[in-house]
Amino acid sequence: MEAIYKTPDSMIDTPTHYCPGCGHGIIQRLIAEIIDEKDIRGKTIGIAPVGCAVLAYNYLDIDTCEAAHGRPPAVATGIKRVHPDKIIFSYQGDGDLAAIGLSEIIHTANRSENITVIFVNNAVYGMTNGQMAPTTLLNQKTLTTPQGRSEQCDGAPLRICELLSVVDGSRFIARTSVTSPKNIIKTKQLIAKGFNTQIQKKGFSLIEVLSPCPVYWRMSSVESMKFIDNEMTKAFPLGIFKDWESQN
Amino acid sequence: MSEKVILAGLGGQGMMLLGRLIAQAVMLEGKNVTFFPSYGTEVRGGTAYYHLTVSDEEIFSPVIEEADALIMMNFPSYLKFKDLLKPDSMLFINSSMIDKIDNETNIDVFRIPATKIANDIGNVVASNMVMLGAYNQVKNLVSIPIFLSCLKNVLKGRKEPFFEVNKLAIERGADFIKNF
Amino acid sequence: MTLTDKNKKYLLTGNEACAEAAIQAGCRFYYGYPITPQNEILTHMAIRMPQAGGTSIQVESELAAINMVHGSAAAGARAMTSSSSPGISLKQEGISYLAGSELPCVIVNVQRGGPGLGDISPSQADYFQAVKGGGHGDYHTIVLAPSSVQETADLVFDAFDLADRYRNPVMILGDAQLGQMMESVVFNKKCEPNSFKKDWALTGANGKKRNIIKSFYPVRGELEKFNAKLQAKYSLIKSKEVRYEEINTENADIVIVAYGTCARICKEVLMKNKTPNIKVGLLRPITLWPYPSQIIQEISEKVRAILTVEMSAGQMVEDVRLSVSGRCPVHFYGRTGGGIPSPKEIIRKITEIISVKEEITSAT
Repeated sequence: MEAIYKTPDSMIDTPTHYCPGCGHGIIQRLIAEIIDEKDIRGKTIGIAPVGCAVLAYNYLDIDTCEAAHGRPPAVATGIKRVHPDKIIFSYQGDGDLAAIGLSEIIHTANRSENITVIFVNNAVYGMTNGQMAPTTLLNQKTLTTPQGRSEQCDGAPLRICELLSVVDGSRFIARTSVTSPKNIIKTKQLIAKGFNTQIQKKGFSLIEVLSPCPVYWRMSSVESMKFIDNEMTKAFPLGIFKDWESQN
Repeated sequence: MSEKVILAGLGGQGMMLLGRLIAQAVMLEGKNVTFFPSYGTEVRGGTAYYHLTVSDEEIFSPVIEEADALIMMNFPSYLKFKDLLKPDSMLFINSSMIDKIDNETNIDVFRIPATKIANDIGNVVASNMVMLGAYNQVKNLVSIPIFLSCLKNVLKGRKEPFFEVNKLAIERGADFIKNF
Repeated sequence: MTLTDKNKKYLLTGNEACAEAAIQAGCRFYYGYPITPQNEILTHMAIRMPQAGGTSIQVESELAAINMVHGSAAAGARAMTSSSSPGISLKQEGISYLAGSELPCVIVNVQRGGPGLGDISPSQADYFQAVKGGGHGDYHTIVLAPSSVQETADLVFDAFDLADRYRNPVMILGDAQLGQMMESVVFNKKCEPNSFKKDWALTGANGKKRNIIKSFYPVRGELEKFNAKLQAKYSLIKSKEVRYEEINTENADIVIVAYGTCARICKEVLMKNKTPNIKVGLLRPITLWPYPSQIIQEISEKVRAILTVEMSAGQMVEDVRLSVSGRCPVHFYGRTGGGIPSPKEIIRKITEIISVKEEITSAT
């Protein structure tokens, strides 16, 4: 009998620590499927961030390096320079990438390091119990914006794809979401394209994934998905922002 | 033997190159040497100074508290270092740029119009080499042929044409002392 | 410029010698950010690394530099970063992560005056930061303190070996004086970077169990177990790697304890016999961590006093006092903010100590 659905070989078959309705499990599974399909487990090295996804290596069965908060692009650079023919990706949240690590991500893109970044944007700090992220929407309530995020006080949501697409060194920049089977399939295609960009030595690629955090959004899983589709995508429109293939 | 020299001048007067070449030459002769350059913002202008210690024995403190000789290219340099001269030491000044010095009683003073001499032979930048020629005529610290071979290594490519004038500058500095 | 002739003497600054020694020790990955007085390390690397087939990047910040070192070390390569005091402060978080992840690497601190922006002149005021942790958590870096350009080169070779042997960051603690001055140097140390097997390194889990480089131990009890393992390693390093130079300590009236540039200056007092009526010895720690406590304790049982000389307001003197534990008086002479102790000042201090002691002895 042929198995049509199973745990990917690059994934450890174990329950995750992620909250119910969280998007991390979906996204990490997609990465594992891509690694299997491309048969690159033996030459892939991941970077786990500080944040909810720090324990990604408990689920992804690949060589992994932790990195200090915000520094996965620097660690990835250090690894890639040693192993230019290996596949190096960092997996980062919005606090990690867009707040404390903004300098590293911009300069890594500008050097066009031949790495792939999976940027999970759930508009909130999860691991520390729900504070404002740089990508928190205006008027969104968090622990540190109890009245809702105010543009005057806290600034507006920071749009990373738009920012990085004007950096000369970036090669493939896209934003996607995991709110429906259709969007999940699309996300997988875009992440795979990021890996292809790297395999073909085209340079820096980043895929931003809008992902739900029902617990700190104080919503049900279904409401969270609707919130992404109806609210988040207004501030963070989906699409491909830069593509080396269509540029040539 | 042991010789502690401070070289100083306006940033750009070539004291760094001179000190480094002397250090290199005496090293090749088998002596111990420590060359401590000032660093920081004195790229052009300001006082750039260099502590050069040469010895047959191990060199301990790299900082010169009492100098055997000063080679001073301009007036601010002289003011800065004159108090480090110990009795019976020697002061070599570029008299083209230093016209007034203290009334020194127990110090040998050599007034060398280095800028003028260098200008007369067609390259004002070689004033540092005039000073070397004069200093070495008195002190005999460094073998001139070895020094010239070090200089040749530095003056390569488009700088090669400057070798002869530098060599001449050293000779003119030595001649000046011979006729002193 | 080729500097690879093993029998030849080269005239180099301490910074250049440091960079060249790293390359000859098999370091192929260097990440740096400009700051005076260590810029010559960056510029030397920029010229020489490509010739050696290595990578030298001027990066966007000290944070990026230390974390790139983290990546390259995790990938199994010999990697280095360098900076001067303010930049080393920025790297501290990264150094803690390197220690916590047990990654071998070399960090060079060409110390300048502080606190804050301070100045660019020589200083030894980062001693506490270097030997007492610096970053967060219970960890140590091995700290090597050269006192000449030749020793800078030699210790850089040793630093890479020590780092690989113990899977631990090693710091070269120099200062602006050592970094900027030129002396002759010979690069004749043997080096076999491939003699250290790195089966823990990240290379992709190709036909083998995958590797994880981490310092996060969230399950209760795991971190304590890991810290016990780290401490056992530190004990081993303490028992095997202490280094120092001892001069004229036998029958000395007073022994100076000083490292780096200060030690050279103190040596002048001893070797040129500048205190004819007082016998002066010198103990120069070469490893600042692990610290040569044992020998200082032994010396303290035989001398009338110990004098610690530093370019700081008094940092290493605390470790001297701990080692001595009251067995003899411990005095301190320090200069800060670019002040370099002179032989004259040290002689004055020694004379003061011994004559005061004399008065006390004759009064009782």
